[in-house]
Amino acid sequence: MSKVMTAEEVAGRIRSGMTVGIGGWGSRRKPMALVRALLRTPVRDLTIVSYGGPDVGMLCAAGRVRRVVAPFVTLDSIPLEPHFRRARQSGAVEFTEYDEGMFMFGLLAAAHRLPFLPTRAGLGSDVLRIDPRLRTVRSPYEDGEELVAVPALAMDVALVHLNRADRRGNAQYLGPDPYFDDLYAKAATHAYVSCERLVDTADLLKEGPVQSLLISRSMVAGVVEAPGGAGFTACEPDYGRDEQAQRRYAETPWEEFDRGADGGADGGADGQAS
Amino acid sequence: MSRADVCVVACAEAFRGDGEILAAGIGGAVTVLGARLARLTFEPDLLTHDGGCLLTGDVPPLDGAPEVVEGWLPFREHLWLVLNGRRHVMLGASQIDRFGNTNISCIGDWARPRAQLLGVRGAPGNTRCDPTSYWIPRHSPRVFVPRVDMVSGLGTDRGAYELRRVVTDLAVLDFGGPDATMRLVSVHPGVSVADVVAATGFELDVPADVPRTRLPTQEELRLLDEVLDPRGLRGREVPERAA
Repeated sequence: MSKVMTAEEVAGRIRSGMTVGIGGWGSRRKPMALVRALLRTPVRDLTIVSYGGPDVGMLCAAGRVRRVVAPFVTLDSIPLEPHFRRARQSGAVEFTEYDEGMFMFGLLAAAHRLPFLPTRAGLGSDVLRIDPRLRTVRSPYEDGEELVAVPALAMDVALVHLNRADRRGNAQYLGPDPYFDDLYAKAATHAYVSCERLVDTADLLKEGPVQSLLISRSMVAGVVEAPGGAGFTACEPDYGRDEQAQRRYAETPWEEFDRGADGGADGGADGQAS
Repeated sequence: MSRADVCVVACAEAFRGDGEILAAGIGGAVTVLGARLARLTFEPDLLTHDGGCLLTGDVPPLDGAPEVVEGWLPFREHLWLVLNGRRHVMLGASQIDRFGNTNISCIGDWARPRAQLLGVRGAPGNTRCDPTSYWIPRHSPRVFVPRVDMVSGLGTDRGAYELRRVVTDLAVLDFGGPDATMRLVSVHPGVSVADVVAATGFELDVPADVPRTRLPTQEELRLLDEVLDPRGLRGREVPERAA
C-alpha cells in the first residue's frame, strides 16, 4: 500500500508540544523540506531531538521550540549555529545537553523499547550536573561499576531524509554514512521519510547493495518525494552542501531569510545540481 | 621552519607509542597533520581517517582525498570506538583548567550563557574512555582559566582516562605536576618560560630546567611541505605573535 504524501501532509500530523526527532548530523542530510513545511504550520512548543544543525536553528529562530535535546548544534563548515546561539543566549529555549555517545544510547534504548541504557560517557562531566533528572546505575555484577543510565529518547515523530525510497517506505542511503536515521525511525511512534527520488521496490538494489536499505517500511508512516529536500545541507552522493546558501542562512536575519527574498525558506529545492 | 611546523611535530609526538589505534586529530588542521605525520614517520601502525568516515590506506594531504581506503568508520562506529578505547583523540578547547578539565559548551552560566559554543559534543565520553590530548592554537589567560564554565572534557581530578599532553602555540604541557596538575614540558623556539607563565591564568608547575621543544627533522619538514600540506594551511591556524 502506498504511503506517499506531501511534505505539508506530514507537517499537518505534527501537533504543538510533540517530541520530534530529526535525522542527519550537523549540516548533513537533514530533512529540510519537511522542516520547512513544519515552519509553515502554527505548531509550537516542540521538543526537538537532534544531532543538531540548521533544522534546530530554523525551528528555534521561528519560535517553535520549547526544548532542544542535543550534544551539539553546528553547521559544520560554520562551527557555531547562529540562530541556536541566539535562542540559548536569550533564554528562549530549554536545553538538554548530552554527550554524543549518551545521545546514541538514548536512541538505541528507545529503538529497543528499553527504559535506559548504561554507559560511561558523561560520567564526571557537568552533563550530569546540569540535568538533575539524570541518574546513574550500578552494575549488578562483580565489577559494581557506576554508569550513567541514559533515558530512552522516545519521540512522537521522526523526520529523516534519505536518497531513495519506494512508495511503501523502504528507504535507502547511498552516501558514506547512514548517520542514525534508522534509530530515529525505530525510536518514533510515527516516522516520516523524505527522499531524493521515489523508485520501484524492484529498482532499489540497482543503485546500492542490500546493506544500503537502512529503513524498513514497517517503521515508516509516510513517504515524501522531495528532490533537493536536504538542501542546503549535504546529501551525498546526490549533492554536496550548498555553502553559499548556508552562509546566506547564517548571515541573514531570520525574518528576512524566511520571507524568501532570495529563495529563502522555501527555496530548498534549488541549486542542488552539483 | 615555522612555528606551525614545530606545533605539528609536537602534536605528532603525542601519538608516539600508540601503535595500532586510531589517531583522531579533530581539533583543527594542526592535529590532523600531527596524526598523519606520526603515521608517516615513527608510528606507522597508526590508523588515520579522512575527516569523514573513511579509514585511509594511504596518508593523503590535508585537503586531498585518499587513493586507498582500508576501512569504514561512520559516526556510529566512531561512537562505538570511543567507548572501546582503541583511539587517541586530539581535541580543541575554549577553556582548560590546571587539571585539564575543558569546556567547548558555553561561556558564562549554563542556564543562560553569555556565549553559546558547540555543546559538549563527544568530549565527556572521549576523555572518560580514551587517551586524550589537546591542541590550543592561542595560549592565553582567556583559555587557560582557573575554572571552566561547563566541564565538557574531564580533567585528572574527575576521572579522565589519560590526558597525554597539551600542545599550544607557545609550549608543550602535560599533567605531571603535583596532584596531576598541568606541568610545563618544553617551550617552543623563541618562547621563554616567562611568556608561558604570563599566558596561563593559573599556577603552572614549572620544573627547574625546561627544555626547548624538539625541532622538526629535515624529513618531517619535507613531508609537511611536499606531501601533507603543500599549501601551508597549517600556518593559518597558528597566530603571529610579536617577538
